[in-house]
Parts: sequence; C-alpha cells; structure tokens
Amino acid sequence: MSMEFLMATGIGALTSVGLYLILQWRTFPVVVGLSFLSYAVNVFLFTMGRLTINQPPIVNTEASGYTDPLPQALVLTAIVITFGMTALIVVLSLRAYLETGDDGVAVEPPRPDASGTDRTPIGPGGEATR
Amino acid sequence: MTHSWIVMPLVIPAMTAAVLVLALRHTLQGQRIISVVSAAIQFAVAIGLYASAADGSISAYLLGDWPAPFGIILVLDRLAATMLVLSGLLGLTVVTAAIGEWDQRGRHFHALFQFQLLGINGAFLTGDLFNLFVFFEVLLIASYGLMLHGGGTARMKAGFHYVAINLIGSTVFLFAVGIIYAVVGTLNMADLAAKVPQVSESNVGLLATGALLLLTVFAIKSAMVPLHWWLPPTYGSTSPPAAALFAIMTKVGAYSIIRVYTLIFGAEAGPLADIAAPWLVPAGLLTLVLGTIAALAARSVLNLVCYALVASMGTLLIAIGLSSEAGLAAALYYAVQSTVVFSGLFLLAGLLSRDANATAPAQRLRLNGNVLAACYLLLAMAMIGLPPLAGFLGKLLILDAARADSQVVIIWTAILVTSLILLVSFARTGIRMFWTGPEGKTPEIRSVPKRAFQMMMVLIAVVAALSLMAGPVMTNMAATAEQLMAPKTYIGSVLKSPAPPQGGG
Repeated sequence: MSMEFLMATGIGALTSVGLYLILQWRTFPVVVGLSFLSYAVNVFLFTMGRLTINQPPIVNTEASGYTDPLPQALVLTAIVITFGMTALIVVLSLRAYLETGDDGVAVEPPRPDASGTDRTPIGPGGEATR
Repeated sequence: MTHSWIVMPLVIPAMTAAVLVLALRHTLQGQRIISVVSAAIQFAVAIGLYASAADGSISAYLLGDWPAPFGIILVLDRLAATMLVLSGLLGLTVVTAAIGEWDQRGRHFHALFQFQLLGINGAFLTGDLFNLFVFFEVLLIASYGLMLHGGGTARMKAGFHYVAINLIGSTVFLFAVGIIYAVVGTLNMADLAAKVPQVSESNVGLLATGALLLLTVFAIKSAMVPLHWWLPPTYGSTSPPAAALFAIMTKVGAYSIIRVYTLIFGAEAGPLADIAAPWLVPAGLLTLVLGTIAALAARSVLNLVCYALVASMGTLLIAIGLSSEAGLAAALYYAVQSTVVFSGLFLLAGLLSRDANATAPAQRLRLNGNVLAACYLLLAMAMIGLPPLAGFLGKLLILDAARADSQVVIIWTAILVTSLILLVSFARTGIRMFWTGPEGKTPEIRSVPKRAFQMMMVLIAVVAALSLMAGPVMTNMAATAEQLMAPKTYIGSVLKSPAPPQGGG
C-alpha cells in the first residue's frame, strides 16, 4: 500500500505544482509548469501497468508473475516527445522575449494610436509584422 | 496488394520531407518541384485508396507483420479514405498556393508542410490510440513551425499560446491513454472496442473518466467552446497558406471524436454507450452561438473567417452529437465541404491582405477588384449556408437529421438564427471591404499572387462540384456512416490476424 500511496501523492504534487505554474503571468513559470505536468504524466504512465516488483517483463519459465513492459515503451516515447516540445517552447518564449522585450503571456491588444493601424480597421488583420 | 498501399500516405511525405531537408536545403526551386510532385502523388494515392475502400471493405496494414492487437496497425475504412482524399486535395492546392510567395519568407516551408501532411494522414489511418497521440504530436510540431513561418512578434506571442495549450492537451491525452490502458489493458482501437463492453462494474467510473478526458483533448483540437480561444489568434496571425492547411486540423479533432465515440465508446459499449453524446450537442450549440457572436464583432476579414470557423465547428459537433446514422452522414458531408470552403477563405484573406506584396511581378496577376469580391461572395455563401451551394445542403442535411432528436427545437433555432447573423457579419465585412474601403470604390485593379488566386479558384470549383454532385457524394457519406455505426465489421476485419502468432507462451 505504501508504494501506491507514495506514487499517488507524488503524481498529485507534481500535477498541482504544474497547474499552479501554468496559470502564471510570465512565460518562464509557464514553461516550468509544463515540464512539471509532463513529469507527472510520465510517472503516471509507469503506474498504469500496475506496480510490481522483481518480476520479469518477458516470458520466463521460472517466473511466478510478470510486469507489464508496454508502459515503459510508452513512457519512453512520451519523454522524447515532451522533451522536444519543451525545447521548442523554451526557444519560442526566448525569441518572443528578445523581440518584444517583454515576457508576459498575454497578447497585447493593438493600440489605436500606434502607426496608423486604426486607419484601416477593415484590412485583413494580423499581417502587419514581418 | 491494397494492403501495402495503405502505408504510402505516410511513407511518401516522410521521405519527401527528409529529401527536402537533407538534399535540397539550398535550392528553393528544387524543393518546390519535389514538394508539389509529392503532394500530387499523395492525392493520387488517396484517390486510389478511396476507390479500394469504396466497396465497404476494411483493410489493415500490420507494421512489421505483428498480429493485430500487439503490433502497430494502420486501418483503411471509408471514413479514413474520405479524410485522406480531403487532406490530399488541400495538400496539393495549398502547397501550390504558397509557391513564390510565402515559401520564400523563411526556411524549410516545404519540409514542414510535408511533415504536417504526414501527421494528418497518420492520424486518419492509425488504428491505435497511442499512435493517434504520436501522429497528433507529429502534426502539431510541424504546425508550430508552419505557424511561426515568416516570423514577427504577433506570431511569436500567438505561437506561445498555441504551443502551450497543445502541450497541455498532449499531457491530458497521455493521462487519458494511461487510464484507458490501466483499465482495459490494450490501446488497439478494435481490441478496445471489443473489450470495453466487458469492463467490470468497479472500473466503469475510471474508464468513463478516461473517455471524457480524451474528449477534452479532441475538444481542444476541434476548437470546442470553452477550449476554442487559441484558434483565432493562431490562425489569424499565421501565414495564409498555413491557415488554409490548418483548416483541416480542426477536422482531425472532429475525426477523432467520430472515430473514438462510434467505435470504442459507441452504441455497443455497454455501460459506457454513447458517453460523449450528452456533452457534444450542448457544447456544439455553445460553440456555434459564441463563434457567431464573435464573428459579428470581427474587425477584419481574417478575424471574421477565424470565428466563422469556430461557429462551423459548432455546427459540425452538433451533427456528430446527434449520434444517429443520418446525423453522422450529414456531419461528414458538412465537414468535407466546410474544410474546402475555409481553406479557400483563408487563401482569399491572404489575397486581400496588403502584406501580399513580396512576389515577383511575373508571378502576379492584375485583377479587377470585382473578381475578388465575387470570390468572397461565393465562399461566404457556401460558409453561411445559402442555396445553392454545398454549405446549404450540409446544413439542410443536419437540420433534417436533427428532426429525430429530442432537442430539435433548440438545434433548429440555433442553426437558423446563427446562419442569419453570419450572413449579416459577412455582408457587413464585404461591404466595408469592397465598397467603402479606405481606398475608395472598388473597381480598383488589384495585383495578387497568381498561384494563390488560381488555387483558390480550384477550391471554389471543388465546392461547386460538391454542390452539383451532392447526390452521389451523399450516397457515399451515408454508406460511411452506416459502416461507422456497425463497429462489428471494423473489429472483425482488424482482429482477424493474417499471420497467426506462432507458439505462444
């Protein structure tokens, strides 16, 4: 029971930390929060094949039982994918910070007084930048 | 031999993208030729696969020839074939439209485009829940690149939201997959469909949690209110060709909803039968109404198209939520025509943009402003659902299918009233765009990128063809819906393994 309790509280703690951080204003906490969420889900995927100790994953004549090898394959795939995604979002938030000088998450509404954007309110929007 | 062709919609874009990145990095002209040829081949293969699935047979491709519930499989049925043809059509037209204009504003446009097609085709073909996740990630990571293509601060900011919401979506997807695997012990869709009805009483709640978490993920992908807010800034700030291709990404979400909630959690799923249906119709109604209100408030063509897309997803979700054969057939017809219409609308918004001035004069076309106005009129009519175009037929079919539903009054009112409001929004934006624009009266001569214009005309022709051929198309959609509502055939064809496991332990 104790191992199940440990895993469950661990996953719960990781998830709640991740959720809290995702709801922050700045991009850095959001990125860290996303990492925490992906750690939580990785541990969660491990437990989905049930927690068994000292059992072989493949057929063995002397085995008294088996552990499920599939979650490990799934976790590996998930780790690789989330690692790539995290790298991407880190680069993206760095670029956004360097280009705008602001690491806020919110998209600024266009200012009506800035460089005549108000002059053509019905032009197809969103293409003003190169 | 059909069996080995099933893997081609994945192999062709994957190989093309690799060649584009590795061998043709420095020659844009070479990239263009290979990319268009590859897209054309994919379209042709998709049509061939459609023809082979048209007799109602369901064929599976076993990767590495592992028997069905254990290995990775690709499954071709009518629905997958229909969606493949749609993505083949959009791939070919959109990549051609991007040539000479948007593909030179940043690097690797064509490689990203092919990876995106790989992800989309894979999501349609896969017969395994975890591989659906993997192909979602493939199409997403390519779409991040395409979305940011061309750079700019607006794209960076909107891109951060887009990536973040989809990362959260992926995490939720994994949680859902984990729960479903923990309860049922398999992730093969056919195997799941066979085992879900036998789940023990004590595990039903857990499995329902997994099923509904999965619905949340698909709701993000298909821009279902309240998970729609990422779509307008993303599609509104990306390049028009990318947005034109993204028009099919919302349908990937809708496709997944149809697939999972007819096959695995469909009418025959025992205690979990039709678990998504009570959520889909209200969420669809809300999406339709909020999308329409936002479209009414839109200040630009692009913004209007984005919110109209949200509204059309609402209509589609309502039709799926009817969970009847007629509703599903109507939903499929509506999904196909609205994908083509929105792809055309995004290309049109790009043509109307003042920013579309980067092409060489030789690749431009001088047009009377009235031509673009006429295209806008046609596409707007198809989107709103005015007769005689396909949008009207799609909505009519949905309304007809809703007659059997208990919520018929609400559904009819919502669809009809929002159509009127959308008409007002499109008419108002059209008037301000073409008649009272900042540059005076319309018959101005505009210079637009030639290929993008031609491809938009092709898409309009496809919409016209879908309207004219509505009878035969609808017969096929009805047959597709019939196949979807009888998951026994799917389960039977997938699980009968051609290579029986030897020995075994």
